[in-house]
Amino acid sequence: MSRRPDINHMDSALTYRYDGSFEGFLCCVFESYAAHELPAAIVGPDAPELSLFGIKEIPTDEERAARVARSIPTRISRAADELIRHAFLTCLPEKELVMLRFLRQGYRYGARFLSFAGNEEVWRLTEAVKHLLHEAHLLKGFIRFSDQKGVLVTTIGPKNFVLPFLAPHFAKRFPEEHILIYDEKHHAALVYRPYESAVIPMDDFRAAPPDEEERKFRSLWRTFYNAVEICPRHNEKCRMTLLPKRYWKYMTEFTKDAPPEMERIETGA
Amino acid sequence: MDTMEKLRILSDAAKYDAACTSSGAQKTAKRGGIGSAEACGICHSFAGDGRCISLLKVLQSNACVYDCAYCVNRRSNDTRRASFAPRELAELVIAFYRRNYIEGLFLSSGVVGTPDAATETMIETLRILREEYHFSGYIHAKAIPGADAALVRRLGLLADRLSVNIELPSGQSLQRLAPDKTKAAILGPMGLIQGGIDENRRDLVLFRHAPRFAPAGQSTQMIVGASGESDRHILMLTSALYTRYRLKRVFYSAYVPVNEAAALPPVETPPPLWREHRLYQADWLLRFYGFSSEELFDGTEGRLHPYLDPKCHWALRHKDMFPLEVNRAPYELLLRVPGVGVKSAWRITRARRAAALTWDALAKIGIVTKRARHFLVANGKRYYDAPAAKEELLLDLMSPRERALFRTETASVRQLSLFGEETPALSPAERKELSCLAAPI
Repeated sequence: MSRRPDINHMDSALTYRYDGSFEGFLCCVFESYAAHELPAAIVGPDAPELSLFGIKEIPTDEERAARVARSIPTRISRAADELIRHAFLTCLPEKELVMLRFLRQGYRYGARFLSFAGNEEVWRLTEAVKHLLHEAHLLKGFIRFSDQKGVLVTTIGPKNFVLPFLAPHFAKRFPEEHILIYDEKHHAALVYRPYESAVIPMDDFRAAPPDEEERKFRSLWRTFYNAVEICPRHNEKCRMTLLPKRYWKYMTEFTKDAPPEMERIETGA
Repeated sequence: MDTMEKLRILSDAAKYDAACTSSGAQKTAKRGGIGSAEACGICHSFAGDGRCISLLKVLQSNACVYDCAYCVNRRSNDTRRASFAPRELAELVIAFYRRNYIEGLFLSSGVVGTPDAATETMIETLRILREEYHFSGYIHAKAIPGADAALVRRLGLLADRLSVNIELPSGQSLQRLAPDKTKAAILGPMGLIQGGIDENRRDLVLFRHAPRFAPAGQSTQMIVGASGESDRHILMLTSALYTRYRLKRVFYSAYVPVNEAAALPPVETPPPLWREHRLYQADWLLRFYGFSSEELFDGTEGRLHPYLDPKCHWALRHKDMFPLEVNRAPYELLLRVPGVGVKSAWRITRARRAAALTWDALAKIGIVTKRARHFLVANGKRYYDAPAAKEELLLDLMSPRERALFRTETASVRQLSLFGEETPALSPAERKELSCLAAPI
């Protein structure tokens, strides 16, 4: 059986627009093969109209998506399938395009493709997923809950879409609690109540001001945080490397509670 | 005294314990309970000194009847004393844990009255957590030297990790600086804990539901820089502890002078942080890279190179073994190449099966090209020509900070000795002392 040579040159005049879902992306892959073309960009539904050239709308078709989804573990490998699913959650710039290029080469070389250490796409996706999993791991520790009438609530602002990774962790840890984790960068929330959890879209969430007991534990925690440092060993650079500043504004130990009277004025109570 | 004040005093008193790891146990909360543990451990914050905060590290009490010269809590120090009631501490742990401030509890205690009495109070705290709150988060407990074997056993059934601090690297220093503690009192519980872990491992084979005894193993800590032992001495002791007591970790704590004493460095002395760093680097080489403690030293040297990673230093002394062909070298040798770590060595062995590796691929695999280029060839190609002269190579292998340190500290010395000045070898007495410290009792 002879194969058509793979297309290496992208069509600089071509942009795909899809609905932003994983299934939608899989349909872009389908289209790329069906039309025998490689777009120069793949954009989501909210992308501004920057291209001077034509935008090709890619409709999401369940059957096409399912065909592509089935093909990845069988024609490349299970590991490639996992990599692609995780890569879709990362903040890698132009991730759809990198993923498409990855898949086109993957179909060509099969299971061994993932061990091509020097390959640009394998490397970029692996690094992006490493960043995603690392951020998810960090947040398992850096998240600070407030007890709001028995519900544990918090807001996070991660670069990657980490909520799907936090769900099983907190379900394992706090099986009897009610939990809400709001991701203000991706406008989504993880909600958990005993023995079930879901990641849902959410436009906005503001926690109520802390009650007296909540204030007490917050200040106990700040006391501990400050007391535990060995001052002759102070090392700002080391702390910054391990706990980057962008996490600080969500963390109890680096924030102050306004005095109770102020809170009442602010919320109009 | 309110909880806030107690927390301030008792966390301040506990902070000189280096260990804060929450690794080695994998658990899920039972229905109705709270708390889980990840084998890799989870850091919840980092203090201003850059150390990880994973566990609520506190003492049950800092009222201590012992008078160890190096310790802030010694009897003769005029510090404020406080004690947590077991229930008070357990409630604090749960309130912190629910808010995800912490991964668990690291509980130690001053010797209040007798070692047995202090241990019993700690046991009560852990019992409330485990039995009343059904808490299955991580608990690291300190076994107090001199406590009854049955109590240590009970502690081990409640905690995930146990540790006994070896405190000082030799029996003589111990006698001089911690007169109330003896080598036997420290190594006794250590052997006891190891026995408990071994026995538990056998029980678990027979009975799946046998209660777990310290499932995350045991660790220890020694203070570096309060007494005169050499790096070589410390690392030989470390490697004996890893093999003889199968410890999970040995921690080194750069001595922070907190007390005025004739036998100790003066209070203004800065903590020997670089030395501590070198010891940790060497420790990793012992545990993950297949090095033995003897290999890290050349002939009669007693200390690690002050300006160079011990792995680089070893490679410089074995220039004849390099360069290695990265596409053929066995895993064990790849591990010895500066700039190649455990993960990248593994990735190399996997990736080279698919295609011959080039320098570009090696960079993507994650090796540190800056160091590895002196010791590897890829597909017969060197990264660059002209291997540097020995002195240049030495400077090139240092990090910018190490180089700056090296230049300032050796500026006045005309004749630069390549590998630092020599310190005397172990005296026969020191050798004997070492072998008996590491010997089973």
